[in-house]
Amino acid sequence: MAPKIGSNSDRSYSATAEVMTSSDINRVISRIAHEVIEQNRGCTELVVVGLQTGGVWIAEALCNLLAEIATFPCAVGSLDISLYRDDHALRPLIKSSSTDVPVSVHGKTVILVDDVLFTGRTVRAALEAILNFGRPKAIQLAVMVDRGHRELPIRPDYVGKNLPTSRSEVVEVSEQGVKILKEVGNAS
Amino acid sequence: MHRSLVSISDLTDEEVTELIDLSKVFREVNSREIPKVPALRGKTVATLFFENSTRTRLSFELAATRLSADVLTFTLGSSSVSKGESLRDTAETIESLGADLIIMRHSSSGAVGLVGSWLDIPLVNAGDGAHEHPTQALLDAFTLMDQFETGPRLDGINVAIVGDVLHSRVARSNVQLMSRLGAKITLVGPPVLLPLDLSLWPVKVSHSLDEVLAGSDVLYLLRIQSERFSESLVPSLSEFAKSFSLNMERLAKAKKETVVMHPGPMIRGVEITGEVADSPQSLVRKQVENGVSVRMAVLYWLLGAGQERLEPIW
Repeated sequence: MAPKIGSNSDRSYSATAEVMTSSDINRVISRIAHEVIEQNRGCTELVVVGLQTGGVWIAEALCNLLAEIATFPCAVGSLDISLYRDDHALRPLIKSSSTDVPVSVHGKTVILVDDVLFTGRTVRAALEAILNFGRPKAIQLAVMVDRGHRELPIRPDYVGKNLPTSRSEVVEVSEQGVKILKEVGNAS
Repeated sequence: MHRSLVSISDLTDEEVTELIDLSKVFREVNSREIPKVPALRGKTVATLFFENSTRTRLSFELAATRLSADVLTFTLGSSSVSKGESLRDTAETIESLGADLIIMRHSSSGAVGLVGSWLDIPLVNAGDGAHEHPTQALLDAFTLMDQFETGPRLDGINVAIVGDVLHSRVARSNVQLMSRLGAKITLVGPPVLLPLDLSLWPVKVSHSLDEVLAGSDVLYLLRIQSERFSESLVPSLSEFAKSFSLNMERLAKAKKETVVMHPGPMIRGVEITGEVADSPQSLVRKQVENGVSVRMAVLYWLLGAGQERLEPIW
């Protein structure tokens, strides 16, 4: 998984460990879908919003599954939070629009989906962003990997895998699986 | 190193595409229930208009507030300029107050570029004399790309720019940008309202609106800027209107898909009739709407972005 925004071309990483395989990923999405249904009894409509870029495919997969097994309708959207980040002075230019929230979120339950939960700053920005689309009944958070190192009081409602890491490591999530990359060279 | 936007020639082709892409980002923001993002929180933007304006100033101020920047407004009438303060002192005062960017309009061609050479903050030209009005050209290109679905280009689009080209900064910015994007431009007007020497302009010239109607995809009308000429260049406005006003009868001779544009302010009954301005073929309202997104893109581009991040963020 490439970094969501920005480049780290001056850094290089080498893969060290594969911690989840593609079938693990599928099982996790399936489990989270069932947990979502369990926790949202009586829910009439759900909006699943993937955070650009890593959360989008997970949100789509989750919504597809929910469409099959849930009794309530599920819409999928994507959210680019570049304009909401608290470190925007350091942000390279965003290239094109990648926010698409196709339905109103008024009075609905929104599930924000991301691949990796780290400092919590992306989620904080996403909470601010999604509230500009209306007033949801509730917002929940689903992540494939929670790697710790939170800097804000944010906790996920659904977790694929808790993965203790060091700050210098990079967690790469894709449909093929989850890998931990270590920085080569100036690793701390 | 700061960037400014004084002329279309300040932008590379890649940067034009970048600004058009960013404009799409901000159009999506403007469609939200709460059309505001914190991208320029803590930045201060000053509008410095030495010439009257309705839509350009409001459009820039709206763009800045939707990016959460603070806006300082300078108005000529109530300023110290009336006490004799110079242009340089006025601009430097605004910079010293802590403005991060100045949006400036002036009746003299080149005034904005001159002020830019004195300041260490970005400057956006909101129109200087008969020189340039780059954000107008960007919003017009953005509107046309949308209309004709030509992607990031305007290849093969025939644009007739009609009326008082001589005094028009909008025409000068638009001719540069549209021709770079691949549009074919014809300037239309009586010889007295066209620049004397057009040999270096990438345009064709016609002195008859009726002749270009059928071949144009875009009829871009300009206001007669009577405030900019002391001597009378045209016998009367009604005389001009007889040959160059776009009315329904003339519009009917153009293709059905032909669109009408105007940078405003329109003088209904002179260069354009009320019926044409309000017709479904008119993009005038769309231009104003897109103007906010394009100006958000320009402000964000100059103030909000550009540096590499220091830490990986995921």
